[in-house]
Amino acid sequence: MTRSGRLAGAGAVVRRRLLVAVPVLAATSVGMFALGAASPVDPAKQYAGAAAFTASEENLAQLRANWGVDDPLPVQYLRWISNLVQGDLGWSTSRHEPVASVLAARAGWTLLLIGVSLALVLVASLLLGALAAYRRGGLFDRALRAAAYAVQSMPVFWLGLAAIAVFALALGWLPAGGLTDVTATSTSWPDVAHHLILPVAVLAVSQAPWFVLFVRDAVAESMRDDHVLAARARGLPGRTVLFGHALRTALLPFLTLVGTHLPELVGGAVLVETVFSLPGLGAVTVAAALGSDFPLLAAITLVTTAVVLAANLATDLAYAAADPRVRLDG
Amino acid sequence: MTRMRPTFRRLVASTAAAGMLVLVGCSAPADPDGSSGGATLVVATSDEPDALNPVLNYGVDGASLIFDGLVSRDDDNRLVAGLATALPELSPDGRTVTAKLRDGVQFHDGTALTAQDVVFTYQAVLDPTVDSTLRSDLDMVESVTAPDAATVVFRLRYPYAPFVQRLTLGIVPAKLLSGQDINTAGFNRKPIGTGPYRIDSWTPGDRLVLTANERYFGGRPKNNRVVVAFVADDNVRAQRMRAGEFDAAELPPKLASGFDADTTFRVQRVPTADYRGVMLPTGNPVLADPAVRRALNLAVDRAAMVTGLLGGAGEPAFGPIPPTSEFADPSIIGKPTADPRAAEGLLDAAGWTQGPGGVRVKDGRPARFTLMYPASDTLRKDLALAVTADAKKVGIEVTPAGLTWDAIDPRMKSDALLMGYGTPYDPDFVSYKLFGSRFAGQGYFNPGSYRSEVTDRALQEGRDQIDPALRKAAYAQFQKQLAADVPWLFLTYLRHTYVLKSSVQGVVPRVEAHEHGVANSLWWNIDTWTRS
Repeated sequence: MTRSGRLAGAGAVVRRRLLVAVPVLAATSVGMFALGAASPVDPAKQYAGAAAFTASEENLAQLRANWGVDDPLPVQYLRWISNLVQGDLGWSTSRHEPVASVLAARAGWTLLLIGVSLALVLVASLLLGALAAYRRGGLFDRALRAAAYAVQSMPVFWLGLAAIAVFALALGWLPAGGLTDVTATSTSWPDVAHHLILPVAVLAVSQAPWFVLFVRDAVAESMRDDHVLAARARGLPGRTVLFGHALRTALLPFLTLVGTHLPELVGGAVLVETVFSLPGLGAVTVAAALGSDFPLLAAITLVTTAVVLAANLATDLAYAAADPRVRLDG
Repeated sequence: MTRMRPTFRRLVASTAAAGMLVLVGCSAPADPDGSSGGATLVVATSDEPDALNPVLNYGVDGASLIFDGLVSRDDDNRLVAGLATALPELSPDGRTVTAKLRDGVQFHDGTALTAQDVVFTYQAVLDPTVDSTLRSDLDMVESVTAPDAATVVFRLRYPYAPFVQRLTLGIVPAKLLSGQDINTAGFNRKPIGTGPYRIDSWTPGDRLVLTANERYFGGRPKNNRVVVAFVADDNVRAQRMRAGEFDAAELPPKLASGFDADTTFRVQRVPTADYRGVMLPTGNPVLADPAVRRALNLAVDRAAMVTGLLGGAGEPAFGPIPPTSEFADPSIIGKPTADPRAAEGLLDAAGWTQGPGGVRVKDGRPARFTLMYPASDTLRKDLALAVTADAKKVGIEVTPAGLTWDAIDPRMKSDALLMGYGTPYDPDFVSYKLFGSRFAGQGYFNPGSYRSEVTDRALQEGRDQIDPALRKAAYAQFQKQLAADVPWLFLTYLRHTYVLKSSVQGVVPRVEAHEHGVANSLWWNIDTWTRS
C-alpha cells in the first residue's frame, strides 16, 4: 500500500472497465442495428436520390442485393461484427466510401473543435467562476450570472448565425465559414486556425454557462469551509486562498460535471459544424441517419460510446489523483 | 503523493510538446496564393455528389466540368457534338447508332481517348454488380462495340428515337478502371476525365478544387481554377455569399430576393423543366370521375401559387412538357388564375350537388379525398394547402396529409399525391413511364394507374418515329389527351435561383433539370466565365 500512492489499483480499475466496456459496446451496436431495422428508409432509394423516381424497381433491387441490405438482420449483424474483428468497418452507402476513410477524414476536425472548445471552457469557467465567487454579490458576480443565464437561453444555431452577422459580415474580422479560405491552394494551419476562431468561440460560449455557474457556486460554498477560513485567518494572500484552497476543494465535483457534460458538447459541435460549414462528423451523421447507412451509423455510435466510456474512466482516475481521500483499489 | 508529481509533470510536458507541434505546424509557410495566373472562380451549392464518376450517376446529362460525353448541349439544350466528330445519327430502323470519335482527345493523365473507353463506360453502367441507377435509362441498349479505335456502335433492343440524347454520359478511361470494383474504386474520389477541368483536390463536406485542363479539346478554360464550396445550409450559404466569399451561389427564391436591391450582386432566376403537380389516382372513387378532375383543374389558382409560394420564381404549369421545349403544345395552356364558376358549372352538370357543410355530394358520396405530400418538403406542403383551399371554394373537401415516402407508397393507388418530375431534354424520358398504361401501378411510374389508348399510342409513336415532325405531332396529341383526361393536376414549373457577383461575365442560363449541383447548374459553361 505504501508503494502504490494514490493511483494504486488504477490498472485493476482500467481492466475492470474494459471488461464492462465490451458488453456495453456490443449492446450498443445491437441496439443500433435493431433501431436501423425499424427505420422505414430504403437505403437504395436514398442513394439514388432523385433518380429513385425514374429508376426501375428491378434496378433498385439490384442495388440492395449488391449491398446485402435485404439479408435478415442477424446475418447483416454477424457479417458486420466479423468484418469489424478483422479491422474492416464496412462500406458507407450514404457517402460511398469506406467507413474508415469517412471517419479518418472528418473525426479529426470534430475532435479539434471539441478539444479546443473544452479547454477554453474549462480555463475560462474556472477563472471566471472563482473570481465571481470571491466577491459574491458584487458587480462582476451579478454581471457574470446575468450573462450566463442570457447565453444559456440562446440556441447554439442562433448564436452562430449572430456571430457570423457581427464578426464576419458587419466587422469583417473573421471568415463566415469553411475550414480554409475557399480559394486557398492547401490546408495550412494558420488558415485553419483563423477559420476556427469563430466556431470554437461560439461552441465554448454556448457551453460555458453551465460550467461557470457551477464553479461559482462550488467555490462560494467552499469559501466557508474550515480549511479556507483557517487559511484566511493565517493571513494568507487572497489569491492563494482562492486558487490554492477554495478552488481546489471545488474542483472535485467539477470533474464529474466535465465527464457527464461531454455528450452535450458533442451535440453542440454538430450544430456548430453545420452553421460554419465545417467538414466534421456532424453532417455525415445526419446524412447517415436519414439514409439508413448502417455501417457508418454503427461506427459513429461505437466511437462515441467508447469516447464517453473513456471520459468516465478518465474522470474517475482524475478524481483519485485530485482527492487524497479517494482510493481506486476497491 | 511522491509518485504523482512526476506523472503530472510528464502530462504537462507531453501537453506542451503537443502544443509545440501545433505551433510548428502553424509557423510553416502557407503555399503561395496561385493568384499569379488567371482568376479563381468560386461557386457554392448544397448538393455534394457522393462519387465523381459518371458511371455512378455523376453529371449524366453532361456539363459535368470534369468529363465529356459523345455529345453535349448548347445554350438552348440542343445537342452538339462532344467527343464525337459529328452528331451521331440513328439508322433508319431506329436501332443502330454509330459515333466517330474526335482525333487527339486526351484524358487528364495524358493518355489518348479511344473507342474502347466509350465501350467500357457504357458496359460498366449496364453491369448489374455496379451500383448505377442509370441502368434504368439505358435498358434499350443491347450491345456497344468498337469496330475500330475511333468508332463506337450502339445496337438497341428496340427502336428508340431519342437515344442520341443519352450519349451525354461522361466517358471514363477504361485503363484506370477495368478489372476493378467500380463501386469502391479510388477513381470515384479523384477521377480522370477529358473535360475542361481536372481534379486538384476534394475535401468531402468542404470543397472541390478544379484546375484548368490546358489540353482541353474545346479550348483552354478562360480561368485557372474553379472552387465548388459545399454549404448545405441555405442561410449560411446566403451569409457567406453576402460576405463576398463566392462568385455565384445557388439559393432558395426567398433568400435570393434579399440580394435584388444590392448592385454588387445579380440574381438569376433560371427556368426549369421541374414541375409540381397532384397525381389523381383513378382508384379513388371521387377522383375517378373526370368531371371532378377537370373541375379541380379549373379551380386551382396557379398564378397565386407562383407569386405567393414561389416568390415569383416559377411559371404556371398545364402539362408535363415545359413551355420552353420545342415539343410544347401551346393549345393546352389555360388560365393562370382560378375559374371557380366554370368549375362549379362542370360539377353541377355532372350531378355533384351542394351537400351539407358546403361539400358536394353525388349518389350519397361526398366529394372528398386525401392529398398526400412528403412531410419534409415545405414547398409541396404549401402547394397541398393551396390546392385544399382552392378546392374548398368549389365544394370539394381535401384532407392534406404530410407523410414519409414509406407511408405514401402503399397508398398511391387510391390517394392523391403531390409529386414533382420533369426533364428539359426529351419528352420521352419521364412521360413514357409516367403516363403509359404498361407502367400502371409500378412504383412511382404511373402510380394512379392512368390508362388511355390515345396517350399510349402517342407515347409509343414519339419513341418509334425518327422523323422530328412526326414526333412533334405525336407529343402534341399526347399533351392534348392529358389536358382532356387530367390524370394529374399540373400546378407550377419552378425556377432555380442563383446569386452572382455583378462582376462575373459570360453567364448563359439554360433551362435546367431538377438536379443541379456541381454538374449542370448555372455554371455549366464556367470555363468561359471571366471577371471584369
